[in-house]
Amino acid sequence: MAGTAVRGRLTWQTATVGAVFDETPRVRTLMLELPGWPGPSAGQHRAGQHVDVRLTADDGYQAERAYSIASAPGEPLAITVERLDDGEVSPYLTEELRPGDVLEVRGPIGGYFVWEPGFGGPLLLAAGGSGVVPLRAILRYRGLIGSSVPVRLLYSSRSWEDVIYRAELDAASDGVSVSRALTRTQPPGWTGYARRVDKEMLAEVAWPVADGPLAYVCGPTSFVESVASGLVALGYPAERIKTERFGATGQ
Amino acid sequence: MEELDSSVLDGNAIGGLLIEVFGTEMTTATGTCASCGSVSQVAELAVYLHGLGTVVRCRACDAMLMTFVQIRGVTCVDLQGLASLT
Repeated sequence: MAGTAVRGRLTWQTATVGAVFDETPRVRTLMLELPGWPGPSAGQHRAGQHVDVRLTADDGYQAERAYSIASAPGEPLAITVERLDDGEVSPYLTEELRPGDVLEVRGPIGGYFVWEPGFGGPLLLAAGGSGVVPLRAILRYRGLIGSSVPVRLLYSSRSWEDVIYRAELDAASDGVSVSRALTRTQPPGWTGYARRVDKEMLAEVAWPVADGPLAYVCGPTSFVESVASGLVALGYPAERIKTERFGATGQ
Repeated sequence: MEELDSSVLDGNAIGGLLIEVFGTEMTTATGTCASCGSVSQVAELAVYLHGLGTVVRCRACDAMLMTFVQIRGVTCVDLQGLASLT
């Protein structure tokens, strides 16, 4: 089948790195210029999807990783990458890569952890560390299309310095409320939560079940398991809880 | 059942691999475990990414449902742990 065009088949494409933004000391957003990336039209990506990134070493060794798309459908492609110190790919993406460099990308990928305005709400978005990335795409898309679905975002980070999209989320309003947890260290005067997400916190932040909420939970495996089981304990139907687990640490 | 390792991911992570193998989006497909009968969307299954291959396990009974091994650009697929995938 090699070389045959198959409908729906993914192909690796060469993307050129555009602007880069340091979000935190460990996290960087990369704008990727990809010919043929669909703009606002049929075929644009869906909020919550990811792309696969492939790096090839001089000796031919290849490493692939999935990275959530940070931009809204219709916006230029951006990914946000957290550096894992023992990672094969993320140190290169966050430290070595410069504007004008190229890398291989395929996508968009995923049909499960996606949001469409027709799915109903209100939305509960729960993020651990870099799990906030696909949720940010959902928030941006909500703003872009003028959706009025009410959103509560519960975002857990290790410290204030580790909070990704800090200014953008601070500016969020208009039906979006943000609750923050800092699990390791908190700045002086911190008024948010100062512990890991637990059932009591979910009971305070999450929409009542009677409102018919839809939950998106993304983060490290331990974070996702604990939030999802907490929501089930609050009475959320399992089919209204969408989960995505990251290999990264950093909730 | 072994305790799930903190490095365990889920089926979302292999959406690209699954399109490569099946030619279509598969993370919203429904799989039935041949061992315990649990029914789950592929996105919710436990996924272990190893250097040499990818292992997908049932979250209820830990049975191996799918394995994918890539050798010289060829992907070998074993789906014997699934009773169905639709």
